[in-house]
Amino acid sequence: MRIGLIIAFLALVALLAIGLTRNPREVPSPLVGKPAPAFELPRLGQEARFSPAEMRGKVWLLNVWASWCVSCRDEHPVLVDFAKSKRVPLIGLNYKDPGDDAMKWLARFGDPYDFSVVDANGRIGIDYGVYGVPETYLIDRAGVIRYKQIGPVTPELMAQKILPLIQELER
Amino acid sequence: MKRLVCLLAALLLLPLGLQAREAPPVATDEKVEQRLNAIAEELRCLVCQNESLAASRADLAMDLKREVREMIKAGKTDAEIRDFMVKRYGDFVLYRPPLKESTLLLWLGPFALLVAGFAVLALFVRRRRAAQAITLTAEDERRAEALLKGGERP
Repeated sequence: MRIGLIIAFLALVALLAIGLTRNPREVPSPLVGKPAPAFELPRLGQEARFSPAEMRGKVWLLNVWASWCVSCRDEHPVLVDFAKSKRVPLIGLNYKDPGDDAMKWLARFGDPYDFSVVDANGRIGIDYGVYGVPETYLIDRAGVIRYKQIGPVTPELMAQKILPLIQELER
Repeated sequence: MKRLVCLLAALLLLPLGLQAREAPPVATDEKVEQRLNAIAEELRCLVCQNESLAASRADLAMDLKREVREMIKAGKTDAEIRDFMVKRYGDFVLYRPPLKESTLLLWLGPFALLVAGFAVLALFVRRRRAAQAITLTAEDERRAEALLKGGERP
């Protein structure tokens, strides 16, 4: 009996310990496995506009960023590296950046994006369920979101998760 | 002297003026705001997860309230608005998530723990009772009877 109680107690401790190691900020997105929400937004610093429908038939990455976002700066070198490899198109969604802050930020730190689109009032961000910039979406040839990263993409995540997934989706 | 008093009075009144400027914009439509609040009380703010959307002043919360306000004005029902949020952020945004496979543990877990607690309690009580129960031999019974009757030792 006493041993049973001790085992039950240890099981509870183990359960709570596992709970502590999990990140409550990472809310599983209901958008994974669903078509990427449609939009049409102006490109940053260009006349042209962009809509995700143009990317049909391609695997691509959509990265939500902002000049005011501190962890975007941590993530930035990883994206610059990725862009050098020209693996798949990388398109930025510039989220709620006032004035020409976005252009200045890219000029200062380098521009890894094929281009960025401007979501000035954050509406498209809401459609994509953005709640903690930076966020990154991997979208397949059919326009379906296959993976979502909340928070900065690290070199490990890029090598172990995103690149293998791209390979799988391009097969 | 008079001028000094005036200046002091003006300085005292200054914070009032500043406060007034910081106040949030007054709601234009009382009914819309009431519904917005009722809905937002039931929704979780994604940025500050222990706050409701109604209580939060986070940037995203303000944006989401703006969306909800517009949906109310567009004549959407509460269910449609909740659906809009769940489609984007998942059941997690609802303070009262629906009962389904993935939320089963959340809804039934506490009751399961309660039942387990009662089971352990029952087990304890039964064991104690078993330990206390004493079996009497025929000789014991006779002595007990004698004690009860006469009070003298047999």
